[in-house]
Amino acid sequence: MQDLAVLFKGNNFQRLMGGLGVTLELSLISVALSVVLGLAVGVLMTLKNPVIHALMRLWLETVRIVPQLVLLFLVYFGLAKTFNLQLSGEAAAVIVFTFWGAGEMGDLVRGAITSIPAHQRESAAALGLTKAQSWRYVLLPQAARRLIPQAINLATRMIKTTSLVMLIGVVEVLKVGSQIIDAARYDAPQAAVWIYAVVFFLYFFACWPISLAAGWLEKKWS
Amino acid sequence: MKKLFALVLVLALTLIPAALADAQARTLDEIKESGKLTIGVFSDKKPFGYVDENGEYQGYDVVFARRLAEDLGVELELVSVDAPNRVEYLTSAKVDIILANFTVTPERAEVVDFALPYMKVALGVVSPDSALISSLEELRGKTLIVSKGTTAETWFTANEPDVNLLKFDTYTETFNALLDGRGDALSTDNTEVLAWALENPGFTVGIETLGSLDTIAPAVQKGNESVLNYINEEIKALAAENFFHADYEATLKDVYGDAVNPDNLVVEGGVID
Repeated sequence: MQDLAVLFKGNNFQRLMGGLGVTLELSLISVALSVVLGLAVGVLMTLKNPVIHALMRLWLETVRIVPQLVLLFLVYFGLAKTFNLQLSGEAAAVIVFTFWGAGEMGDLVRGAITSIPAHQRESAAALGLTKAQSWRYVLLPQAARRLIPQAINLATRMIKTTSLVMLIGVVEVLKVGSQIIDAARYDAPQAAVWIYAVVFFLYFFACWPISLAAGWLEKKWS
Repeated sequence: MKKLFALVLVLALTLIPAALADAQARTLDEIKESGKLTIGVFSDKKPFGYVDENGEYQGYDVVFARRLAEDLGVELELVSVDAPNRVEYLTSAKVDIILANFTVTPERAEVVDFALPYMKVALGVVSPDSALISSLEELRGKTLIVSKGTTAETWFTANEPDVNLLKFDTYTETFNALLDGRGDALSTDNTEVLAWALENPGFTVGIETLGSLDTIAPAVQKGNESVLNYINEEIKALAAENFFHADYEATLKDVYGDAVNPDNLVVEGGVID
């Protein structure tokens, strides 16, 4: 029990919650930006223009192939070294996660749009809807429904991957956990199990509501 | 959409003018002028640099960091660094000084400038009592846990190809891996393993000194002479009050107990005898 007590020693618990706050803040900003940008990117990806197509392809392959940690180091240390562009760790994290999220989200949006049968577009045109109207009332609403499961998957993956930002100096929930474990490592060497268990539940309760909301939306729309 | 566009525009306007030259570390005068000294320390490596239960930085390195800022008459900002990114923090001018138990090696000296040493160490190897490893021969063919970017990783890679290395990013992970039995032994600085073994019954440091005797020193960006000189002058001046012995008493003694003679670890005035 002495090991569990570490969690409530001093203001350890508040610090852990503060760390969770950092994790959630970075995730929410990045996911929100990714969804907004991803919708636009997805529409761009469906265009036939070869230049845009090549650019989008390049973006998507970059975020798929380059590990997020490398992107974080490039933006945080690389930009500082090459252009003396000193970003805070938080800003670098949001940029990298949005770059990644918007690219992947765009591809999901593209997939959802192209999966809508051609007759939907044709029927919309036959009804006299303009191009913008058919996007707004026919194509995007249907695409959104097909998008939800994969978008949720992406969002939870982004939340979990934010633990990498500790390597660019941002103290988020996992790093706080690591600090607490280390500070107690002589007095309560087994505290690691408890602290990691708590961190596990914190991640769980961060991601679970998103899954619930997705389930609710799917049911509502089906 | 309008708001987002405005945000992107503001971001671009603030960032582009900054994109000019190399990341040049701040000189001593610039630090004084800003009123703040930024030092990179460990935040999960007790007893050198760690965060206590009240969220305050503590440890042997941190005590020295506080003194450096105090004597300069500026505020201190501590930044949490990890072993693999210590050099990056200096080369990209994210911090003024690294005081994170940084062992001096020729390779590192090519990319950063080291000040006078304030500690000395060798490598140590800790293993469970049930399968104690007490010589280098016994270690060959076994799995050794090391932390990425440390002297232990470099030394074993260069000198002992027959030892299988299992590498982790952070110190916490390496010690947890040993506890979980994912490797046969763990190697890092002897100070570190001695302290850890003392608190973890069932584990013993079978090899107390390995490799060459290394020194631990503060580091600054290559060519940042004004800050380097300031640290060196401080280290020399602090010898008069036996500062690092007092620092040892305050931060390390509890951890090493009476088994370790402080003169074997502490370097006063930058002089190695």
